Amino acid sequence: MKAKHQRLTLALLALAAVIGAAVLALSALKDQASFFYAPSDVKRDGLPLGKEVRLGGLVAPGSVRHLPDGISLRFVVTDGQARVPVTFSGIVPDLFRENSGVVAEGHFQRDGSFVATNLLAKHDANYKPPQLAGAMHKTESLKQ
Amino acid sequence: MIAEAGLAALWFAAALALLQVVLTALGLWRARSAAATIDGAVAQDRAATAAQRMASEILAAVRPVAVAQGVLVILAMLLLIAVFARTDTSVRLVVEDSSAAKPLIYKIAGAWGNHEGSMLLWVTILGLAGAAVALFERRLARPTLVATLGAQAAIALGFYAFLLFSSNPFARLAIPPADGEGLNPLLQDPGLAFHPPTLYIGYVGISVAFSFAVGAMLTRDVGPAFARAMRPWVLAAWIFLTIGITAGSYWAYYELGWGGWWFWDPVENASLMPWLAATALLHSVTVLATRDGLRAWTIMLAVVAFSMSMVGTFLVRSGILTSVHAFAIDPKRGSFILALLVIYIGGALALFGARVGTIRQGNTFEPVSREGALVVNNLLLSVILGIVLIGTLYPLVAAAFGTELSVGHPFFDSTAGPIALALVALMAVGPLLRWRRDSAAAGLRRVAIPAAVTVIVLIVTLVLAPGIHVLPLLGLALAAGVAVASVAPLWGRDLRRTPLFTYGMVVAHLGIAVSLAGMASESAFNKETLVATRIGEPQHVGPYTVTLTGVRPVIGVNWSAIEGVLVARRGDGAPYVMRPQSRFFSTPPQITNESAIKTVLDGQLYTVLGNRHGDRWQLRLWWKPFVTLIWAGGALVAIGGALALLGRLRRERRAARKETEA
Repeated sequence: MKAKHQRLTLALLALAAVIGAAVLALSALKDQASFFYAPSDVKRDGLPLGKEVRLGGLVAPGSVRHLPDGISLRFVVTDGQARVPVTFSGIVPDLFRENSGVVAEGHFQRDGSFVATNLLAKHDANYKPPQLAGAMHKTESLKQ
Repeated sequence: MIAEAGLAALWFAAALALLQVVLTALGLWRARSAAATIDGAVAQDRAATAAQRMASEILAAVRPVAVAQGVLVILAMLLLIAVFARTDTSVRLVVEDSSAAKPLIYKIAGAWGNHEGSMLLWVTILGLAGAAVALFERRLARPTLVATLGAQAAIALGFYAFLLFSSNPFARLAIPPADGEGLNPLLQDPGLAFHPPTLYIGYVGISVAFSFAVGAMLTRDVGPAFARAMRPWVLAAWIFLTIGITAGSYWAYYELGWGGWWFWDPVENASLMPWLAATALLHSVTVLATRDGLRAWTIMLAVVAFSMSMVGTFLVRSGILTSVHAFAIDPKRGSFILALLVIYIGGALALFGARVGTIRQGNTFEPVSREGALVVNNLLLSVILGIVLIGTLYPLVAAAFGTELSVGHPFFDSTAGPIALALVALMAVGPLLRWRRDSAAAGLRRVAIPAAVTVIVLIVTLVLAPGIHVLPLLGLALAAGVAVASVAPLWGRDLRRTPLFTYGMVVAHLGIAVSLAGMASESAFNKETLVATRIGEPQHVGPYTVTLTGVRPVIGVNWSAIEGVLVARRGDGAPYVMRPQSRFFSTPPQITNESAIKTVLDGQLYTVLGNRHGDRWQLRLWWKPFVTLIWAGGALVAIGGALALLGRLRRERRAARKETEA
């Protein structure tokens, strides 16, 4: 093979690899990016089933129930307009309390409830829905 | 006074960096104009000697400047550490990130456990590396060395500006408080003393490789000699990145109490991306040094690798991505680093674009050959790098369009995972191929045994663990095959005459296989128990029975804790006491879970104490078979790198000695 041709082939290969990576990544992102929902989003747009998502809002006052197994709890996440019941098994972050902000990672059930695999609790109680995920201080989530 | 002296040292160092840039520019310009004025018959030779002489003069001037700059910036760093060690509460940084009650080691490490201090550490290592290049680099052609030092100073200058104008670590407070606010408790860990410096050495080492590339482009000196000069720097940077990533992974594993060892956190990705680029660069620079091929590609990779370490610094330091590491949430700083990023990466790419035409064509090669395999290695690494980059930046782009989302392990596992496995498979084949040209049939014969091992392990695993997922299954099988293949280059060789760098390659590749086996085993055979247990009630996880025998309060230097006393027993074996804690830090107020881990030959028992529930305590127990192989493999990779580095340096010294004797 001529030197020039090989250089061209290599450049094309590299280009193809980069484009391939981009296409693969972007198509996978469509299914696998975990989107952020507030309870009213779900009420308006329907349930995002079969995907890992994040649900953010306030822990509704008086809604936290500990289940008899000692490690599971139920509570309701609300943003003032809609409510979503959530179940979670695990060690709760210490900043998790009623009337304070929470982001739950997990998935929706067909009946509209949410099964959380991880809870992120927020530092302060001055909660504003859209900024929550962005302003989230992940340190709090590290303690499950 | 100490703080003021530190600030002064920083200003002087910045001034010297500026001087270094100016001297270099002047020197290169005069060398060229000198070459231009000598025209005509004997021109070529005389022009070359004139340029050489000019370069020597400039070098004589630049060298001490680079060394002095390095000394000054180290002084600044030491003074900052002194301020922290004394808990000088008139310095804002100390108040924000330290307190008098903290143990001394964390006071010292606390000096870089924050935004300003870590940037100072960054530029300190950069200055140190610059001084080292000025003092010890003898292989590069003089003009290239001068240009390299100039590029190095230009990078440093940006970071000095950043420190002095937006992140002064020595800023004083008008009214000093009685004590500091303390360090984030998660950072109060031996890992902190280690993790950032090693990663920064890696980042900065890559910047040296980048400066070499810029120097070679400026003086049109891209070739095997340049590659041999650059290789030790790439190797060293890569070793430190490997150590940094491995240590960071283990730190996250035991400190966060999540039982995971890699979270695809943006900051982890920020350290992974330069590593991927450096790994590619390491392999392509070998092709350039050995076979004089892949010239332009190697330069391009040096630019990409440096860009990735800048992107990494940007992601971590700007606080633009939320993460454990994001201390600095200040838009001004973010835009400052972004501006630096654009200037450096844009400048480097522009220079590359302008000079790529002048890089002469290197040697071509056959598809079935060592070089051919290394090209595929580079392509696959680039694809993985592209995927990680897109996955890491996508949330930022989406946020700019008003959509909040996060990209986590499902994405990375399903995209980067299979390609990484393909890359590992290639890694088994590549070292068994010859340079220049090889026959496909001979290559196949050589990989027959490793391939057979892979198939056997695959079948055995399927029989023993029928429900196993595809990726861990392939991972285990490939790990076995690659382990065999990676020592295959030693077969039939005189082991005492085999060069040290060949051992380096063997050990590093073996390390990848070991690490892969650990990852696959952890993800396939991990056992987890989450319970609320009464005291004295036995719980089971994997082969272990764990009993909570009591809970008691414990007092530490600047924390108090509730400690669970667990007795773990494997079958009828001897009981073993484990003490996971829930720690309460007062400055700042925060709770952390300290896991207790028992390491045995075939894995780790990992325990976390949760909250109290009536008369029951929450316990989270994991049995992780062979999980330690993940980090042992990482350590092997780093050791392999060190062997290769040592081997290369030794061979060069020997060659140099022969030259002087001759």
